[in-house]
Amino acid sequence: MDSALLVHRLHFAFTATFHYLFPQLTMGLALLIVVLKTIAWRRNDPIYHQAARFWGKIFGINFVLGVVTGIPMEFQFGTNWSHFSRFAGGVIGQTLAMEGMFAFFLESAFLGLFLYGEKRLSARAHWLSAVAVFVGSWLSGYFIIATDAFMQHPVGYYLAPDGSVQLASFWDLLLNPWAGWQYAHNMSGAAITGAFVMAAVGAFYLLGERFTEHGRIFVKTGVIAACLFSVLQIFPTGDRQGRLVANHQPVTLAAMEGLFQGKPAAPLVILGQPNDQQGKIDNPLEVPGLLSMLTYKRWNAHVQGLDAFPKQDWPGNIPLLYYSYHIMVGLGTLFVAVALVAVFLLWRGQLFTTKWMLWILLLSAPFPYIANTAGWMTAELGRQPWLVYGLMRTEDGYSKAVSAGNGMFTLLGFMGMYTVLGILFLFLIRRELEIGPLGEHEPAGKQPTEER
Amino acid sequence: MPTLWFWIVAVMITAYVVLDGFDLGAGAIYLAVAKTDEERRRILRAIGPVWDGNEVWLLAAGGTLYFAFPQLYASSFSGFYLPLMMVLWLLMLRAVGIEFRAHVRNPVWQGLFDGVFAVSSILLAVFFGVALGNVVRGVPLDATGYFFEPLWTSFQLGPHPGILDWYTVLIGGVALVTLITHGSLYVAVKTDADLGRRARGVALLCWPLQFFLTCSSLVATYFIRPEVMTNYGKHMIGALVPICVFASLAVMLWANPKGKEKVAFVASSLYITGMLVGVAFALYPVVLPARDRQYSLTIYNTAAASHGLNVGLVWWTLGAALAVAYFVFVYRMFRGKVQLGEGHY
Ligand code: HDD
Ligand code: HEM
Ligand code: HEM
Repeated sequence: MDSALLVHRLHFAFTATFHYLFPQLTMGLALLIVVLKTIAWRRNDPIYHQAARFWGKIFGINFVLGVVTGIPMEFQFGTNWSHFSRFAGGVIGQTLAMEGMFAFFLESAFLGLFLYGEKRLSARAHWLSAVAVFVGSWLSGYFIIATDAFMQHPVGYYLAPDGSVQLASFWDLLLNPWAGWQYAHNMSGAAITGAFVMAAVGAFYLLGERFTEHGRIFVKTGVIAACLFSVLQIFPTGDRQGRLVANHQPVTLAAMEGLFQGKPAAPLVILGQPNDQQGKIDNPLEVPGLLSMLTYKRWNAHVQGLDAFPKQDWPGNIPLLYYSYHIMVGLGTLFVAVALVAVFLLWRGQLFTTKWMLWILLLSAPFPYIANTAGWMTAELGRQPWLVYGLMRTEDGYSKAVSAGNGMFTLLGFMGMYTVLGILFLFLIRRELEIGPLGEHEPAGKQPTEER
Repeated sequence: MPTLWFWIVAVMITAYVVLDGFDLGAGAIYLAVAKTDEERRRILRAIGPVWDGNEVWLLAAGGTLYFAFPQLYASSFSGFYLPLMMVLWLLMLRAVGIEFRAHVRNPVWQGLFDGVFAVSSILLAVFFGVALGNVVRGVPLDATGYFFEPLWTSFQLGPHPGILDWYTVLIGGVALVTLITHGSLYVAVKTDADLGRRARGVALLCWPLQFFLTCSSLVATYFIRPEVMTNYGKHMIGALVPICVFASLAVMLWANPKGKEKVAFVASSLYITGMLVGVAFALYPVVLPARDRQYSLTIYNTAAASHGLNVGLVWWTLGAALAVAYFVFVYRMFRGKVQLGEGHY
């Protein structure tokens, strides 16, 4: 591969992957904070107020990281992918500009109010500002997903004489069928991250026997949300995403599943290593017919394999794509199992005292991050070799004016910067966990808003 | 239609500079005027709830530019690759400086983030000026519609200029002084006692420098690109620009010593608006002049197709109205002098 192309791809992949570590928690927590805040406001319960304030602080730290790593994303369309921007800007400029105008303004304005305005606002207005932050972050998710969906499945455009694509139908672009399911699946994934993180913090407090009252709230809210969204993640959203891929990117599906030869009653590979030299799966553990069933709802339907497509249209890195997909699906199955057992114990009233389950909840916190990252890797690697599916190849989209050397310089710069930011982030979060939901040396009686 | 979008983007960029400009200016004077921890927290508290929203004007302006003039976005962002990446790093450091300082009450930690905040604010102010200088001076675009500028070549204005040359550095200086004044006045509005007085003093000290740099930048601009005057020659309305700029300077000189810092702050905002609108007016319809004039990018050869632009106008108007409403609401909520003890700064 051309070295400039490689550098620009790594540049985008690295910064996007790092960025997405933060918005997933932002969007997940925004929802859960609204839940806590609503209960706090309805019951006027000080513990819930403290819980909402505590997660507000974590949210604030996470948000800063999301903002600072998000800005480079928007710039990189121009700096590293200028040929792509010139080609597609007339269409995806719509959704990107709308994200700024509708989502980021809303979110940033009301986050300031939510974090600093608790004393100045009425209880109702403060609750509303939490809702506005939630709406802003979930809207931002929609616009960026609609952008990505255009790259996966272009709609609503026409080809202009100068070779670029231009907007033909605004509503087709915004209501891209791909975007709908992708959004549902992705947001549910973000909610899973929020839920498991909240449950893990609760488990941490319960196991360490500190802030146990708050810990119980966190575990309870976390596992209920985790259960709901883990199920939604597989059915219907994951299932529908898979069928969209099967219909519109059949070669991607074949690569994700490691199906080198097309066949009727295609098996689903549970484990095994794709061997792309010999075009087979090594050490396979398969369920016969299941892939046909999942994709076309018939046990003996014919599923196209990679052999049905010319090699230059195959995704470039089939093993990585295959593993990403299997890691996502494997973890998704585990999440359902963990969340179901936890909710069962909660229902029996034993969850808060069952040590092994609390340990499992504590240790599961990192895995939704892995699943979400693996999911995005599946989507982005599966789209290869296309940058805009069927319209522009990745090798035609990068900034020809920016040499590999200059790209490498800034890639290394971002890596260094993000390492430092990551360490600072972990340090600050650890510190907030240490301080806990009761806040730092706040003199008694000065605790804001309980009085209301 | 492209003309309308040209002005929309220009207004959004101006809004960004006026709003985030005072955050940057406050950062630039931060170490000099705020001596105690309490004073530093007051400054951070004055910008804390609003800086992120202000910065969104940059993102929204960028998004709107991308949407309305994709070709311009593509050429300028890849051509200004290195300085833009540095701006990104500085924006990150600035945000971290503001937000992370308060989390740990330890003098070493706080000293570190104080420094990060101040230095990144100063450098950002200079970089934004340099960027504007590059756009006015023109860049080495060729027939492909792309270019790439190194950080510096010989500091001369030859056919292969760098990002930094004497002219762009001069504009960087104008930007720094302007934003220092602007930020000082904001701090003066939001704080009282010694801190407010010192901030007013900085603005007073900067005035002669700002006046001098304004005049020399105008002369220098005319010297390197005489055609900036053509639009002013053609349309009488252009005369409003110098009137606005110099009247604002006069008002600042009059209001600040009298303790009318709010008036002075408004004048400073008008000064920035006048300068930026003046640049946009001089460039129009060119959006990125080339050193070799035939390759210049104009609103006509960079705009997106008209259906998209028409549709965009509908949602843009709605989005902008909402954004202005949030801003009015937020600034009203946090109006008045800063009180410590709410939130974490
Ligand atoms: C917590 C995270 C998480 C979990 C547990 C799952 N997913 Fe997922 N998946 C995502 C997080 C995610 C994601 C990050 O949200 C992706 C990446 C792109 C996108 O829109 O969503 C995604 C994409 C994605 C795609 C689209 C790939 C493409 O566009 O080429 C499919 C077919 C699935 N998922 C299917 C599933 C199935 C069948 C799961 C069942 C267990 C599953 N996902 C669990
Ligand atoms: C936030 C989660 C995301 C992650 C983790 C992610 C990950 C990646 C990865 C791994 C690549 C490299 C692919 C390769 O090397 O072949 C990539 C490329 C790219 N992605 Fe994403 N992506 C994300 C979201 C998005 C979104 C929302 C968009 C569009 C709006 C997008 C646009 C691109 C572009 C333009 C490239 C470069 C071209 C290419 O290599 O295909 N990404 N991304
Ligand atoms: C699926 C992938 C992505 C999602 C869901 C997403 C979502 C979000 C969210 C919710 C925020 C709010 C701030 C925070 O994180 O706390 C944010 C920040 C940001 N994101 Fe992303 N993002 C994604 C990928 C991208 C990409 C590819 C871009 C490039 C266009 C981008 C641009 C930005 C920008 C500019 C910000 C800063 C906004 C601010 O100042 O509030 N994001 N993103």
